[in-house]
Amino acid sequence: MTHQYPALTTEQKKELQDIAQRIVAPGKGILAADESTGSMAKRLNPIGVENTEENRRRYRQLLFTADQRIDSCIGGVIFFHETLYQKTDDGVPFAKLIKDRGIVVGIKVDKGVVPLAGTNGETTTQGLDGLSERCAQYKKDGADFAKWRSVLKISETTPSELAIKENANVLARYASICQQNGIVPIVEPEILPDGDHDLKRCQYVTEKVLAAVYKALSDHHVYLEGTLLKPNMVTPGHSCPTKFSSEEIAMATVTALRRTVPPAVTGVTFLSGGQSEEEASVNLNSINTCPLTKPWALTFSYGRALQASALSAWKGELSNEKAATEEFIKRAQANGQAALGKYESSGSASAASKSLYVANHAY
Amino acid sequence: MTHQFPTLSEAQKRELHETALRIVSPGKGILAADESVGSMAKRLAQVGVENTEENRRQFRQILFSADDRINSCIGGVIFFHETLYQHSDNGVSFVKMIRDRGILVGVKVDKGVVPLAGTCGETTTQGLDGLSERCAQYKKDGAVFAKWRCVLKISDSNPSKLAITENANILARYSSICQQNGIVPVIEPEILPDGDHDLKRCQYVTEKVLAAVYKAMSDHHVYLEGTLLKPNMVTPGHSCPTKYSPEEVAMASVSAMRRTVPPAVPGICFLSGGQSEEEASIHLNAINNCPLAKPWVLTFSFGRALQASALRAWRGHKENEKTATEQFIKRAEVNSLACQGKYSGGDNYSEAGHRIFGSCHAY
Repeated sequence: MTHQYPALTTEQKKELQDIAQRIVAPGKGILAADESTGSMAKRLNPIGVENTEENRRRYRQLLFTADQRIDSCIGGVIFFHETLYQKTDDGVPFAKLIKDRGIVVGIKVDKGVVPLAGTNGETTTQGLDGLSERCAQYKKDGADFAKWRSVLKISETTPSELAIKENANVLARYASICQQNGIVPIVEPEILPDGDHDLKRCQYVTEKVLAAVYKALSDHHVYLEGTLLKPNMVTPGHSCPTKFSSEEIAMATVTALRRTVPPAVTGVTFLSGGQSEEEASVNLNSINTCPLTKPWALTFSYGRALQASALSAWKGELSNEKAATEEFIKRAQANGQAALGKYESSGSASAASKSLYVANHAY
Repeated sequence: MTHQFPTLSEAQKRELHETALRIVSPGKGILAADESVGSMAKRLAQVGVENTEENRRQFRQILFSADDRINSCIGGVIFFHETLYQHSDNGVSFVKMIRDRGILVGVKVDKGVVPLAGTCGETTTQGLDGLSERCAQYKKDGAVFAKWRCVLKISDSNPSKLAITENANILARYSSICQQNGIVPVIEPEILPDGDHDLKRCQYVTEKVLAAVYKAMSDHHVYLEGTLLKPNMVTPGHSCPTKYSPEEVAMASVSAMRRTVPPAVPGICFLSGGQSEEEASIHLNAINNCPLAKPWVLTFSFGRALQASALRAWRGHKENEKTATEQFIKRAEVNSLACQGKYSGGDNYSEAGHRIFGSCHAY
C-alpha cells in the first residue's frame, strides 16, 4: 500500500487518455453495435429476419455505411467479435471502414454473465481467461477500446454485498488488463430497470455500486483518465407506479455521479437500458442541462436507442436499406445534440417513442 | 446494501450543505486556531512565552480581534475546546466575536492519536465516545462545524493497509455522528511530510488514502455535500533531495484530488503541514491556477501558515499586540488571493519564508 510499482509508462497513459478523449469529444458518443449472436436473435426475430451470419453482416453494414453526417456524432463503435472480422459487400473490413473515418473501434470482450451461487439470482461476468492475449490481438486488428458488462438487480434482497464487490472486482481486473495492452476499458456496471422501485431507490443503489467500482479501480491501480464509465441513468423501476420528469431523472443521475465518480474519469457514456429512442435522447439532454457542476463528458453509448427505428425500417429488405440507414443517422444526430444539451425533442408518438423494455434482459 | 434508511431529512441536508458552502465562499478559507494545550506549548516555547491559559487566551485574542479586513478572507475558525469558552478582555465571548462578523465557528473534536499495535509506529485517532452528545452541546454553544485529524506516515513499510482502513473508518464514524447533530465534519487524513520520499510517492499514497476515505464515507452513508476535506498538499518529503516547483506541487495535488474526491464535496481546505507561510500561499495559488478541471473549491485551512509571523511579532508583549494582529491580517489577505489564484508572490519573502517544520509533528 506504500510503494508504487508503476502500471503504465507516461506514453502509455497519454495514449489511453487521448483515445478516451477522442471517443467522447464534444457532441460525440458511442454506437453500441456489439450485440452477441444470442442478442441479435432477439433483435431480428421481431422483424421477421433469420439470425444468420450474413444477415447480421448486412445489418451492421447499413449502420457502418452511414454517410459523413455521423462523423461528428459518433466517436466510437463497439463491435462484437464476429463483426470485427466481417467486411462490406465491396470487401472492405468493417474495422477499417470505421477507423478510416476517424471513429474509434471498440470490442466487447466479456463472455456473458454466470450465476453467483448462494445469491438470489445474482450474477458476475466471465471473460478474464486469456484476456491479455485477446486484447493484444484486438489492438493489432484495429481496436483501441473495449467494453465489459456487469449486471446488478434491484429487489428486496438485491444487490447483495457479494454481488456488488464481486462485479466491482471483476470490472477492475478487466480494466487493468485492457490498459496493459493499450486498450481503453469502458466500465459498465449496469443496474437493471426491472422492478417497481422508485427513483430514490435506484439512486441509492447506483451510488453504492459506483462507490464500490471506484474503490476497486483504485485498489487495482487503474489509470482513471484512461477509462470511460458506462452506467445506467438513474430511473425508476419499470413497474414503478410513479412517473418522473426527465429533469428529475437528470438530477438524480447527475447527483449520483457527483457523489461517486472522480473528476479524473474522462467521460460517462450512458447505456439506454429499456428506454425508447426518444426517452434516451430527452433524458441525455436533461442530464447535460442539469445545473450542477459536471466535470466529465456526459454522453451516450446506445444500442437499441440508436438502432430500433433502423431495424424496424429495414425488416431484412435490400430495398429498405437506405431508409434504415437514414433512421440511424437521425438518432445519431439527435443524440449528438443531446450530448451538448441542445436537443429539441420532436415530441411525437413516432416509432422513436416506443418503449424498448424487455423484462430481465440479459443482452 | 439495498434499502436506504435515510440518515438526514431534506432540511438537515440543506443546512449542512449551506454551512459548508459558506465556509468556503469565494476568497475565503479557514483559520485553524485549534492547537491543543500540548501543541500550544510548542508554539509558545519558540517565542519564550509561558504556556498558561491566560497566555493562550491572549494569543487567540490577538487573532480574533483582527479588524473587518479578515471578514472577506476567513470563512471559518476552528477552536480548541478551551478557547470556545474564553472571552476577550472586554468580557465578550470569542464565539460571539467571531460569529458576529459572519465567520463560522468550528471545534476540534478528536482526542489525539493513539498507537496501532502491531504496526511500525502508526496511529489511529480516538474521540468517538460520547461524541454525539458533545456535538449537540457544541452546536448549542455556537459551533456549526467540526474537525478531526488522522495521521499517516510514509516510510518503507508505511502506511500499512490497517492504518489506511482504520483511519478511514474512524473519519467516517466521526462524520456520520457530526451530521446527525447538524455539524459539518471537516475530514483531515493528514499524510505527514516527514521522510525523503519524492513527489510521486506522496501522490501515490495520497491517492490510496483518499480512495479509502471516500469508500468509508459511502459505507457509512455520509452526505458528501455536507462535508469538507482537509488533506495535505502533495509534496515531496522534507528530506527529499529533489526540489519541485509550485506548479509541480500543484499538478500533483490536483491530480490526486481529481482521482479520488467526488465532485459532490463542496470544498477542499488544504492543511499547511510544515510549510512556511509564503510556501503555503504560493502552493495554494499554483493549485488554483492549475489548468485541470477542479469541481470543488480549493482553499486553505492553515494553522501555522497563518499565525507564525503573528506569534513571532507578539513574543508575549502587550505592546506588540497590534503589530502581531497586522501580521495575521496580512497572511489572511494573501491566502484569500491565493485561493482565487490571484496571488503574485510576496515582497517580504525573508520574513514569511522562515521554515516552520518540526520533525514528526503530532500537533
